[in-house]
Amino acid sequence: MANVSKAVVTVLGFDRKGIIAKVSHVLFDRGINILDISQTIVDGFFNMVMVVDLSEPTCPFDELQDDLNRLGKAMGLQIRIQKNEIFEAMHQI
Amino acid sequence: MIQTSQILETLRMIDQEKLDVRTITMGISLFNCVCDDTKRLASRVYSRIARQAENLVKVGQEIEREFGVPIVNKRISVTPISLITGAVDDPLPVALALDKAAHETGVDFIGGYSALVQKGMTEADKRLIESIPQALSETELMCSSVNVASTKAGIDMDAVRLCGEAIKQLAQRTKDQDGLGCAKLVIFSNAVEDNPFMAGAFHGPGEGDCAVSVGVSGPGVVKRALETVRGASFDVVAETIKKTAFRITRVGQLVAMEASERLGVPFGIVDLSLAPTPAIGDSVAHILEEMGIERCGTHGSTAALALLNDAVKKGGVMASSHVGGLSGAFIPVSEDIGMIEAAACGALTLDKLEAMTCVCSVGLDMIAVPGDTSAATISAIIADEAAIGMINTKTTAVRVIPAPGKQVGDFVEFGGLLGRAPVIPVHPFSSEAFIARGGRIPAPLNSLKN
Repeated sequence: MANVSKAVVTVLGFDRKGIIAKVSHVLFDRGINILDISQTIVDGFFNMVMVVDLSEPTCPFDELQDDLNRLGKAMGLQIRIQKNEIFEAMHQI
Repeated sequence: MIQTSQILETLRMIDQEKLDVRTITMGISLFNCVCDDTKRLASRVYSRIARQAENLVKVGQEIEREFGVPIVNKRISVTPISLITGAVDDPLPVALALDKAAHETGVDFIGGYSALVQKGMTEADKRLIESIPQALSETELMCSSVNVASTKAGIDMDAVRLCGEAIKQLAQRTKDQDGLGCAKLVIFSNAVEDNPFMAGAFHGPGEGDCAVSVGVSGPGVVKRALETVRGASFDVVAETIKKTAFRITRVGQLVAMEASERLGVPFGIVDLSLAPTPAIGDSVAHILEEMGIERCGTHGSTAALALLNDAVKKGGVMASSHVGGLSGAFIPVSEDIGMIEAAACGALTLDKLEAMTCVCSVGLDMIAVPGDTSAATISAIIADEAAIGMINTKTTAVRVIPAPGKQVGDFVEFGGLLGRAPVIPVHPFSSEAFIARGGRIPAPLNSLKN
């Protein structure tokens, strides 16, 4: 299967300083490379989608997910990481 | 490369439109458990299931977490139990073993306390059907089904009579819970062997040792998609549903392939279904109403459902390598907020529901009828539904609850996915003499169709 090692991190919530820095820091700590970032702010609502490379992670997927969930709670944001295949399945033939 | 808008669309479908995978169901053959000692048979059945399905729930949760899509239920289906209890006197210990195995593996339901009697009943089939009221009232997670008719064999009216009686007894045995036991018993015509949905799931005799199948859902996603084409022609409606069904089914296919690989078990099928829940925004009835029907059940409902059912199949079939099960839109009254509302206000009647079952998946499902409805009337309802399945070469089914002590207008409350339902009337005229005849209604002619 193509791109088995990619995941999508989505961050939704009210804009504040340091969101990208903190999310990137968690990913860096876990040995994860960011492949693509797209970010928009509409009426103060922050919306970020990151595609990351999971081919050389230093921890299991669920630990990374827990780290991001904790960061999301601390910052009042919804942070999710999902494997890329679900988006490919739904939107590509 | 996936676009940001597509990623956000997927998240919206999951968060707001309740896109989920309704079930991962592991089908397990129990033929290798057969023996002539009841205790040993029960113990073999328990061990076989507990071993085979030990990782099912764990793998389901992993997939759920990694892909971020809810998998609402993890379930097990087994070989119809009457097929493995031919050499023992009492199937009940096997029922208890099934329930124990379901608890041990942590699944939500186990199905297959079943008999296939469309042409006739063996002694084991008869014993099993007669044991259903006790078996379902003494177990928690077990579901049962009986196939009483098929297009090739006709309708076994002796079995139909027995099933009507079993439903009445079962309601009585579970009267403290509004007859909840009846929610776990389905009477089929043309039952399929690879259905992942409860209460009618069993692992048919034509299946292999083990297989993993997936049932998808997503009425909310279809409803939302149709909101974007309000007033457009039915050509546009059908296309919109097809595209949406394709996406929903792709998620099901992905989950099924992952589950199959991780469990080391062959992939069975994806069931292309729209399965509602009592939650707001997860209703098949509301899809029909979105098409322009004021209340589900009024004139036009059957046509709307026919379009929906067909478009879901057309859209879904290309998204999966193997499609099977019941595949279509479900209309379980108590499990669909729009159906509940429509039945409560009198728009949706038993007769209209029967008509709607001619064009959609399965049949008269999760319908509460008055507690004093006779066994013969329930058998006659089953016979009518079985006849529709038999003549139209499709699966039909009956899951009715004669709610003890309840009258028309009362509500039964089951909670959870089973929901709540208003008690709706049955015809007051008797079918006693019709059901008392017994015997078989012959298989229909399959040509000269008109």
